[in-house]
Order: sequence, then structure tokens, then C-alpha cells
Amino acid sequence: MSDITKQTLNSLVQNIKEKKLSSYEVTKSFVERSEKSKKLNAYITEDFSNALLKAKKFDDSPNFDLKLPGIPIAVKDLFCTNGIRTTAASKILNNFIPTYESTVTQNIWDEGGILLGKLNCDEFAMGSSNETSYFGNVQNPIDENLVPGGSSGGSAAAVSGQLTPITIGTDTGGSIRQPASFTGTVGLKPTYGSCSRFGIVAFASSLDQAGPMAQNVEDCALLQEVISTYDPKDSTSIDFKRNQYRKELSKNIKGKKIGIPKEYRVDGMPKEIEDLWQKGIEHIKNCGAEIVDISLPHTSYALPTYYIVAPAEASSNLARYDGVKYGFRSEGQNLIDMYEKTRSEGFGSEVQRRIMIGTYVLSSGYYDAYYLKAQKVRRLIKNDFDEAYKVVDAILTPSTPSSAFKIGEKKDDPISMYLNDIFTVPVNLAGLPAISIPAGHDAKGYPLGLQIIGKAFAEQEILNIAYAMEEKIEFKNKINDWWI
Amino acid sequence: MSIDLKTIKHISKLSRISVDDKKAEKLAGDLNSIFDFIEKLSELKTDNVQPLTSVAETTLKLRPDEIKSKNIREQILKNSPADNEDFFVVPKVVE
Amino acid sequence: MDLVSKEQAEYLIIRGDKEYEVVIGLEVHAQVTSNSKLFSTSSTKFGAEPNTQVSLVDAAFPGMLPVINEFCVKQAIKTGIGLKAQINKRSVFDRKNYFYADLPQGYQISQFKDPIVGEGKVILDMPNGQKEVGIERLHLEQDAGKSIHDMDPHNTFVDLNRSGVALMEIVSKPDLRSPDEVNAYIKKLRSIMRYLGTCDGNMQEGSLRADVNVSVRLKGAKDFGTRCEIKNVNSIKFMQMAINYEANRQVDLIEDGQKIDQETRLFDTKKNETRSMRSKEDAHDYRYFPDPDLLPLEVTDEFIDSIKSEIPELPDDKKKRFIDEFKISPYEATILVSDIEVAKYFEEVVAKMGKNKDMKLAVNWITGELFAVLNDKNLEISQSPISAKNLAKLINLIKNGTISGKIAKSIFEDMINGDVDPQVIVEEKGLKQQSDPKALEVLIEKIINENRDKAIEYKQGKEKLFGFFVGQVMKNSGGKANPQMVNEILKAKLQE
Repeated sequence: MSDITKQTLNSLVQNIKEKKLSSYEVTKSFVERSEKSKKLNAYITEDFSNALLKAKKFDDSPNFDLKLPGIPIAVKDLFCTNGIRTTAASKILNNFIPTYESTVTQNIWDEGGILLGKLNCDEFAMGSSNETSYFGNVQNPIDENLVPGGSSGGSAAAVSGQLTPITIGTDTGGSIRQPASFTGTVGLKPTYGSCSRFGIVAFASSLDQAGPMAQNVEDCALLQEVISTYDPKDSTSIDFKRNQYRKELSKNIKGKKIGIPKEYRVDGMPKEIEDLWQKGIEHIKNCGAEIVDISLPHTSYALPTYYIVAPAEASSNLARYDGVKYGFRSEGQNLIDMYEKTRSEGFGSEVQRRIMIGTYVLSSGYYDAYYLKAQKVRRLIKNDFDEAYKVVDAILTPSTPSSAFKIGEKKDDPISMYLNDIFTVPVNLAGLPAISIPAGHDAKGYPLGLQIIGKAFAEQEILNIAYAMEEKIEFKNKINDWWI
Repeated sequence: MSIDLKTIKHISKLSRISVDDKKAEKLAGDLNSIFDFIEKLSELKTDNVQPLTSVAETTLKLRPDEIKSKNIREQILKNSPADNEDFFVVPKVVE
Repeated sequence: MDLVSKEQAEYLIIRGDKEYEVVIGLEVHAQVTSNSKLFSTSSTKFGAEPNTQVSLVDAAFPGMLPVINEFCVKQAIKTGIGLKAQINKRSVFDRKNYFYADLPQGYQISQFKDPIVGEGKVILDMPNGQKEVGIERLHLEQDAGKSIHDMDPHNTFVDLNRSGVALMEIVSKPDLRSPDEVNAYIKKLRSIMRYLGTCDGNMQEGSLRADVNVSVRLKGAKDFGTRCEIKNVNSIKFMQMAINYEANRQVDLIEDGQKIDQETRLFDTKKNETRSMRSKEDAHDYRYFPDPDLLPLEVTDEFIDSIKSEIPELPDDKKKRFIDEFKISPYEATILVSDIEVAKYFEEVVAKMGKNKDMKLAVNWITGELFAVLNDKNLEISQSPISAKNLAKLINLIKNGTISGKIAKSIFEDMINGDVDPQVIVEEKGLKQQSDPKALEVLIEKIINENRDKAIEYKQGKEKLFGFFVGQVMKNSGGKANPQMVNEILKAKLQE
């Protein structure tokens, strides 16, 4: 059998079902490759010996009706995994071992998946380069000293570097799509309410969404089938009829109307990005779909809106990390002293910064000017999409304003870092689904992604468009295993 | 909009994160540039716009009044930094 | 130095020739009667071992999310209907952000701008007439856990059993003017909620607590003074003491030319004074915002109507019916309806008395003798040692002349020890009163004959001696002579 770790998820599933491969063989291959890949620093916690035991157990009494039969999968360290350390890449949860499982990961294990380990990310999902993790930076498999993107940097690196056949990340402002774009992989952020948030360390509750990160669209669709379920334990989970995303995958997008929003053509956008976008437009036409020029007038207000709403919610969500019930505690002379020391020492600087922003915009005298204002602008942004969807079925944009940058390049410039999310953030504010697919390379040979945004609950539609385009694009990720 | 040291100290008290003067200065600088960026929103007229709190297109689901969670005290206290079988323990509050 | 105005039973603080009126508003926190908590599925039972009724959601573990309890919503609406209040079909849950050891999330889920219940009112029966107290709003919120400060000199122990239990916060308008009105208001609220079954009102167990807002102003002034909030007072007596202290404190400050700082205070139950709470200065900035883990709560007319149909007869209506149907006085009716268990007991006694009821006896025996026993033994009427059935029997025995009131009292004492059928006691102890006029005549003649000289003195005008003769008759009859008949016959015989 050719390099197991080079196979797609679907191919591995097929081979296991046909008994051409055992779960143990597959798991061992990924474990070995992961062990050789420590330089990438993609893992925070490895669970390799347990994984191998579980794989053996699967092989002893296999169930081939499952969608992920005996498939090893590593997941972002934001998903609470029962008995396995879950840190959110933070010192404050450095020693935290949940006694419960997130709904999304439970869905994966129920379908036969086997946990390989927990993947590195930006601390509490706050970042766009995986440079804020307490456990150190993650390297992009594309090239040395290149960021993989963030916050799901470890996830993107792991999939791109084939340390895991597939993974799940979370996306609050672009944290699945942007690293997918930076690493030449596929990342889907489902409609808000599609995947349960129960058991996921919360960052910004009205924006967070879990989603698959894969090597291709078909793999992505399969995992989406597994993880997207209605969950009554999450009050924001939506009970809608979910498609069988992989089964219903189709390249036929004839007659679909794809919108091109002019406002996404930002000042100073690199020519490579514009060219990539144009190429994408051509591919769309070649698939028989129609291109329509649209306007999303409030696009430029999305990023400022996001940087009020997300920190506000985060400042409140992170209040529970106080050293009382779990996690890191720094001893103090009294309760307030304990709180202040614990949180100053336990949280990294980006997290502290965002908590401060969030606290400020919610504080007395500023609520109306900032938080309330942002919620109103959010309504306008959503309305833009609602209007556009009266005339188009989906929207095509670049995923990121550039390819991956060097580690350390943007670390001291928060605004420059935040601008990474300029194309992805509006989608979270509107709660829509969007997928990033690798669509080309820049002059340096680094991957660039295109984003397809859909109507609410139209994951199937955007997967289909992505599937059709993927065939035309014929993207090849240039991985030379530089780190091994 | 200028955020001064006094404001930083106030916010850090509200968020229970300690800051010394050096840290406060850096934070003030960071926050000021971030807020310059955020100021853009004031360009928009939004008087008659309804704020959007949630994009989840559904109503709040009500659950039945059942006791499903039993005594899991050991689990609850397992991760706590203090070593007590019955309680969470914190330094005294100064009232 | 508070003196009450001599003219009316008005509560005023007097300094020289100035009269200050006290303006009081109450924020009552009432624990909702339900099986599980507001946003989690743990039990709400009182008195469990520490931290044994705490779920992962209650302890705010990472990734935990709130899911609302339908019954708690119904209870809140039911209470709103009982307060004759506006039910808001759409309401929003907000986070109230602050840090405290017994607040695991670092915020409390409450309702700020859009509460589930709006304006309503409560009618109080005061000695000088009825008073209407406005209700501003009622909202649902989570209760916090318990911090125990006295188990260790250096540490505070935290029990999260109570964390997440549903509370109804009932905010009154600043319509109360005296500690007496506060007493009546709390009792009325408690009564209504107990009638509805939405809160058991048990202040010792903490089911009912109040924050008391107090301000003062010169009598007749239009504007309100600066108010101070006295937090978490858990008994009516303490509320009254706190108000008294605080009102005087504020008046003293004003008289001294000082300003009153709007602040949060505690009532020190040992020193009987209020004092400022140090730690809460910056806690005023709760940074309320709508909880993004929850959606707005929407209830339909059908939902509200089905709750309306569950509402029993409430105290005001029951009082009216008692007056009309049983012909008792408003004062008596007020006492009997004040607690639903008392009302139930009374109605059962009335029913068991059958035809020929004596309402007066029923009212007096319940509010007099029975209440005395219950108070003495610190029992609720639902724990009464004497059943309504047997009390009714006792009353009937008095009404039909079988026993005298005095004998009944001694039988009552016996019944306290074991709820025995009074008829049985009468028979066993031979306590039937002597009501045969002929036998009484014989006895009375005998007594008069034995005390000829006193009889003559009586006839000559020493009327006090009547009591002596009654006493002798009673003594000789072993207390069983029918007192009314004795009086009649004795009077007649002594005149002869």
C-alpha cells in the first residue's frame, strides 16, 4: 500500500472497509509521521499509545457501517476531550483534564474515529498566526519559519503536513478558513448553529463555529456529515434538516449565480490576489455557473465591528478562568489579589489585550457608542448578504489578503494582524457558511485560497461549488517534508 | 478617543488582571491604535437600526423540569487547585 | 431618636420641628419552587451536602452552556399574573458581569432591559385602610452559591449547590413608607407566592431575601432623596431594624449639612447598624449585555392562558368570599387568608362543622388557641397537632352545649398531645357539662343554703359576691355545670 499518510480520508475509509488496510496500520503510520514531525509543533498533547490500543480494539471487532471506521484523527485543543488534557493553548488551562466530551468530538468517536492527540492553536482561539500559544509557535509545512495561520494553526499544519488525515478546527473570524488558505488545505465554517458548541472552550459565543479542515472537498464533506447535528444541550443549536453532504456532493453547478462583491477589492490588494480571484471567476464560468456583480456596502465596517463584538463576548466568557474551580492558580493575599495574579500570569498578552478591549466596550458610558453600535452595524452587514442572496446563490471572494507571512513578521502590529481576517470576518458576523479552497500559489510558491460564501444552511451548495472548482483548479500542495 | 493610564487601571480592575505602570503604558498604546481603527464605525448612521444579538434563526427552546445531573462532587472538585473533598477553597474575601 | 408623629400612625423621623418621611423600595429575591435549576439539570433541594447538587454547567466548566427550564418560566409568569402584572411575551436574558468566589461563571445570567414581567400591583391591608404598592417588574435570574467565611481563618469555603437555582427578582416601586408597610408587603408577596406554589417563602432557608432601598425627604417634598441600598436582608425583623437605623442615619447627615453618598450597605445583625460595603465600589459597572448563549424568550398567548387557568383563588378574592360567604369580619378574614395553609385549614374546619356552624367559635379557636400552640411549638399549621376534623368536632361540642368553653380548653390541651377525638375524651373523662336545670337548681339551692349570710349580703348590694357563688357551684360540680345556666338560675335564686 502506497504511503498511507498520503491518502485522502475517503480513500482510507474505503481501504479499511475493504480490509485492504487495518485501523492499526493506518493509525501507526500517522503516529510515526507525527512523531517525526515535532519541529512543526503541531501537537500540544499526544495520545499515541492510547490511539494504537483503540485501533487494535477496532480491528478486533470492526464496524464497517461507521463513517470513520478506525480512522485516527487529531483535533484542535479547544475541544474538551474526556480524560485527555485540554488547554486552549493557554497556561491557565495547562493542567486541565475534562471529565466530559464535546458533542462534536463525541460524534466523531461514535462514527469510529480514534483520537491521535490535541492540536496547537492560538491561545483561546485569539490570533491569526498561531503565535500566541503558550506552547509555542506552529510551523507551516509549506516552508520553514512560515506561520500556518490561526487560530487553528496546529490543525491546518497537521492536515497539510499529513500528520492526521483530517481534523476539526473552530472559526470565529476566519480561524478555519485563513489557516486553510495559508497551508493549501480546505476549510469549512458551517452556518452558525449547525455544529454544537457544547464542550468547546468558548471564545465569542455568537460567532464561534466548529468545522472540518481537510485535504480536499470530498473529505471535508464527509466530516461535516459526522459533526453537524442538532444538540439540545446548546441553546443556539438549530434543528434543521441536514444534507448527507458527501453523498449528495455534485459537480453540477450549471445555472448557479455566483456573486462578486466589489467591496472585497480592497485598497492595496496584491495583484496576485486579484489575479487569483479572476482565475476563480473563469473557473466558475467554465462550470456553467453565472457571474453576477454585487455590492455588500458595509464590508469595510466588518472588521471594526468584529473587534468590538468578539472581545466583548470573550471578556465575559473568559471570566470563569479565575483559579477557583480548575486550571492555574497563583496564590494571592486575598481573593482579589489571587484573581489578578492568576489571570495576569495565566493569560498571554493577546488574550489580556482582548479582554481589556471587551471590558472597555461594555463598560458604563461606552456600551452605546461601541457595543450597541457594533450590534447595529452587524445587522446592516447581515442585511447586505440577505439582499445579495435575493439575486445570487453564493458569493466568491479571496480567502486572505496575502499568503502566509514569516513568523514574527506581524507580531508587534495588532492591526496588521487583524487585517488578515478582512475577507473572513463578515461571514461570521452574518452567521453564514463559507469554505476556503486552495486555488493557486503566489510568486513565492505559497498557497492562496478562494472563499465561497453561501446562504444560511446551504453547506451542500457551497461544497458543490467548491467540488466543481476543485476539479478545474487541480491544485497541488507542494509539501517537501522540510521539517523531517 | 484617547485611552489614558487611569482608564487602563480602571479596566484592569474590572477584568481582574493586574497591570504595573509599564504594562499599562503598553496596553494604552495598543488599545489606542485599536480604537482608532474601531472609530470607523462612527461614520455610519444607525439610529433606526435594530441591533443584532444572535444570528441563530430559531427561538429559545425550553427544557422540561427534570433532574438529570446527579451528585458528581468528586468530578467537580477534581480539577480544583485546593485539596478539599467538600468545598472550593479561596483566600478570604476582604469585606 | 425617632419619634412617631402623634397625629396618625405615620412613620416619620422628627428633628425639632422638621418631619422627614422615609421612602422605601424593595427588591425581593424569591427562590422559584422547581425540581431543577434555571439553566441546568441539577436538583434545587435545600440542605444537601456541599457541592453535591452541582453540575458541570453550574460550576462553569469550559464549554458548558445554559439551557432554560420551562417550568421556571411558567412559575415566573404565574407570579406575574398573581401580581396583576403585565406579562411580556418577549424577554431577553442578559449577563451581569462581576467577580466573586460564589459566582463561578464570572457573570450572573439575569434580565436587564427586557424582563419577563412588567408593571403590576399588590394591595396591602393596613390598620388605617388599604394601600396599593406598585410593582415595577419581575425578572428571572440565577442565584449564586454560598461563601462560608467562618470555617477557616485564612480561607473562604465555597458551596455551589445554590448556584444556578432560579430566582424571581420582584422590584417594587418606591411606594413604601414605613417598616410596618414593609412587613405587610413582604407578608403579602409571600402569601401570594405560596398560594400560587411558585415560592415557598421560607426565609430561614433563604427562599426569600430582600435588598432594601432607603431614602429620606422632608414630608411633602416632591423629589426623592439619595437612596442607599441595604443588601441581602433575610428576615422581616432585620429589614425593619435596618430601615429604622438607615433612615435616622440619613436624616442625621442631612441635619448636619452633609451629602448622602449613594452606596451599597450591609445590615450588621450583631450591632444593629448598616455599614458601607467596601468591595462593591466598582461593582456598579456590571457591563450588562444580552447573553449570546441564549436567544430571546418568546411566549405565546396560549402559553400564558394555560398558566392563567392554573391560578387558584388568590388571597384578595378568598378574603372577599370569606366575608360574603361566612359573614366574618374583614379583620378576621385578613388573618385567615394570609397564608394559604391557614385558609385551607379554616375551610376544612368549616366544612367539617356541618350544619349549625358557629363561625365565631371557629375563627376564635383557630386564631386564638391554635395559633398560640403553633407559635409556642414553632410549628406551621400544616404541622398542627390537632387536625381540622377534630377541631371542628370540639367546636361543635361547645355549640351544642355538651361542654362549656372552659372544659373545651382543657380537652384542647389533651388533644395537643395526640389529636384524639374530643368526643372520646368527653366520654372517658365524663366531662359532659351539667345542663339539666332541675339538677342545677338543687345544687344551687344547696350552695345558697350553706352560705346564707353571704346570700343576704349579696341581696343587700354586695354584687361582687356573685362570683363567689358561681365559683362554689363550679367547684361543687367539678367544673361541669353549664355556666350560662348557672348564671341564670343563680341570679334568679339569689333574688328570692
